[in-house]
Amino acid sequence: MREMNIENLSRRRFLQGGAGLTLGFCLPSLVAAATAEKMPVATFEANAFLRIGSDNTVTVLSKHLEMGQGTYTGLATLLAEELDADWAQVRVEGAPADAKRYNNLLMGPIQGTGGSTAMANSWQQMRQAGAAGRAMLVAAAARQWQVAADEIVVEAGKLTHPASKRSASFGQLAEAAAREAVPSEVKLKDPKDFRLIGKTAKRRDSADKTNGTAKFTQDVQLPGMLVAVVAHPPQFGATVKAFDASKTRAIKGVVDVVQIPQGVAVLAKDTWSAKLGRDALVVTWDDSAAFKLGSDEILARYKELAKTPGLVARKEGDAAAAFAAPAKVVRASYDFPYLAHAAMEPMNCVIQLKPDACEVWNGEQFQTVDQGNIAHLLGLKPEQVKLNMLYAGGSFGRRASTHSDYLLEAAHIVKAIDGRAPVKLVWLREDDMRGGYYRPLFHHALEAALDGSGKLVGWKHRLVGQSIIAGSPFAGMMIKDGIDAVSVEGAANLPYAIPNLLVDLHTPSDIGVPVLWWRSVGSSHTAFSTEAFLDEVAAAAGKDPLVLRQELLAAHPRYLAVLKLAADKAGWGTKLKAGKAGERRGRGIAIHESFHSIVAQVAEVTVAKDGSLKVDRMVCAVDCGTAINPDNIRSQVEGGIGFALSAVLHGEITLKEGRVEQGNFDGYAPLRINEMPRVEVHIVPSAAPPTGIGEPGVPPVAPAVANAIAAATGKRVHRLPIRPADLQA
Amino acid sequence: MIQLNVNGKPVRLDVDPDTPLLWALRDTLQLTGTKYGCGQGLCGACTVHVDGAPLRACSTPVSAVVGRKISTIEVVEAERVGQAVQAAWRKLDVVQCGYCQSGQIMSAVALLRQNRKPSDADIDAAMSGNLCRCATYVRIRAAIHEAARSLA
Repeated sequence: MREMNIENLSRRRFLQGGAGLTLGFCLPSLVAAATAEKMPVATFEANAFLRIGSDNTVTVLSKHLEMGQGTYTGLATLLAEELDADWAQVRVEGAPADAKRYNNLLMGPIQGTGGSTAMANSWQQMRQAGAAGRAMLVAAAARQWQVAADEIVVEAGKLTHPASKRSASFGQLAEAAAREAVPSEVKLKDPKDFRLIGKTAKRRDSADKTNGTAKFTQDVQLPGMLVAVVAHPPQFGATVKAFDASKTRAIKGVVDVVQIPQGVAVLAKDTWSAKLGRDALVVTWDDSAAFKLGSDEILARYKELAKTPGLVARKEGDAAAAFAAPAKVVRASYDFPYLAHAAMEPMNCVIQLKPDACEVWNGEQFQTVDQGNIAHLLGLKPEQVKLNMLYAGGSFGRRASTHSDYLLEAAHIVKAIDGRAPVKLVWLREDDMRGGYYRPLFHHALEAALDGSGKLVGWKHRLVGQSIIAGSPFAGMMIKDGIDAVSVEGAANLPYAIPNLLVDLHTPSDIGVPVLWWRSVGSSHTAFSTEAFLDEVAAAAGKDPLVLRQELLAAHPRYLAVLKLAADKAGWGTKLKAGKAGERRGRGIAIHESFHSIVAQVAEVTVAKDGSLKVDRMVCAVDCGTAINPDNIRSQVEGGIGFALSAVLHGEITLKEGRVEQGNFDGYAPLRINEMPRVEVHIVPSAAPPTGIGEPGVPPVAPAVANAIAAATGKRVHRLPIRPADLQA
Repeated sequence: MIQLNVNGKPVRLDVDPDTPLLWALRDTLQLTGTKYGCGQGLCGACTVHVDGAPLRACSTPVSAVVGRKISTIEVVEAERVGQAVQAAWRKLDVVQCGYCQSGQIMSAVALLRQNRKPSDADIDAAMSGNLCRCATYVRIRAAIHEAARSLA
């Protein structure tokens, strides 16, 4: 591998209880890509990923948030593989916020978890950290035993010297290893020698999460801590005009009531008292600056906008010429609602303010951004803000808030009480559901031109929707010539060979609804419009949807392999078993690349006479590069299918006069177990570096279901969620 | 003062009788394994056992469970069905974010106590009150079957 610099933190700063090895390990902090080949020799900064205790525990520090996606297990797998640790001795701990040591190597100078990048950016880094640790243990053993280092065998947490029959555990050697020089170079394993990678290491968080001991932000209790529940305005942009807290203050347990920019916060000794206190508040809101449109009006505006050209995101050939005299034109438009992330753990945050420091406990997903924003508000330096990363009870993007919204709310509250007590901000479900930062509402209009032979010769795709990136720290990097890259991802990079293609975008900037990335981001809508529309094109051309895709993807062998695997396993082309009387059944396929992974889904559905829909079976094929943990890949795809189906069947946040109409799981219903289809996940073998898996399972689900519905009923789905009324016989 | 029996022990709580059991468990008794998800009995994250039956603690006032035996995820490993369910959950790596899983496990244990060999339909019926936003449902079904096998 390339040059790297490692230092031994044990001698410098830590001595874990006076014993053991803490490996500080240095890599360039500003690398553009995660592959060793691309790593420039740049500034070197210490960062620590590994501790070995004399009690024989191997602690891996995770720079990424565990929010369900299995990142703690994945990162530990990479390190433990090269360390040759016994998986049973491996523990994982959340790393502190430190942008210099724990940058996401794919996010430039930002520390954070998102974009399905945890494995991709850590693939070399964590293995190198493990290999360096192994080399130091070997050096320590060689010195103690007076033998040659290359005669020492390391396996499952144990070093042995077969010739002299000597052996020692990692723990026994930890202290000695801490005195060894850090190797200037390490050699990573040949993949054929992997013992953990590709072999399904068990999740490291299963035990804690099945006995109630896993600690989430909601579970943090600090001495003297107050719980804050906030009265938020009923419309985005409204503010407090006046409030009367006299009834609130009379409630037992309520300690204080403070006005903050986000509303009025009630602080109490416990959550229930704070909630009762908030219920008793009388707040008059100033709605003069509030956003007052309804979602129907927003959509109507978008449809008007879609009649005019937008900013060009991609242009190939001459689309206008292709549409000048086509043999056949296919047109369709698709509407996508606002969607809430609705993680099971509503947003929350614990914050403690001291004269020159602030400490935060959070399912921390966006360290650099949150640290900077909190520090700015409190008049501190970023390094004076200590972030403790706890498990997140789901996120799906919500905790990577571009504006640190709920964290700043907590900071305002603790500031308003002069830091005299630590504060746990608790959003109740309704606060979370109505708190904005939704997947943006989008309208798509597509047109395809076919020539006389039925060949697809022209494709026009116009998108209308709010920008997630505008006004965020990523704007400089991800908005080019007015095009927000995530608004058009999945549309502008359409892989199909179409000679004349035009993708353009309208980005309304006067819609006051906060928007954010929602698991799979732009692909959560672009996969649907492109893949559902391609099936409409296939029907117009009289072609099988799979065959048309194969023709248009002839130059993309990775796509073809994924398509074939999914189609073969699903029995594409075979006859589906008939349903009961009045039931219509169908099969549909879709494929989409997101976060450098390619996923195809084949859906089998049953549509009843009354239009009600049952998704019976999903067969999935995925190419996400090296499968670090095949079982976790299956798990993420299974969950991604369920997450996507929530939006297919139910998910919709609507506004009326600017007020969000849903508040809890009755109005906004995630998928339940009785709606979960049978799922099969098939992984394309690959030796390429790993790519994302947390998100890529999601995008092709909805279009595969829509295409299956069309196969069953002849009806095309043009808006989500799917309404049974649209599918009635 | 309210007197309850929680996890086999009598406890005295200085809370209003209308306080939901969930907040008494979490904030007063520091039994934080039981989770808040919706406050309206819609998601099941707060599921506990009262006299062995599953109950949504978020919408049950403490006054309604006086004199009854309340047990939470923290003691589920003390009995055989609980152990079997936990073992199956771990064997199949059911959890993802984990926030709903205390409630899922409490519902699954209650199901298996009543029905030692549940079908998929039995599982769907018993578990459809427990939301999992990570949608670990495929594995929840499989783990309940696995636990049933181990108890047979």
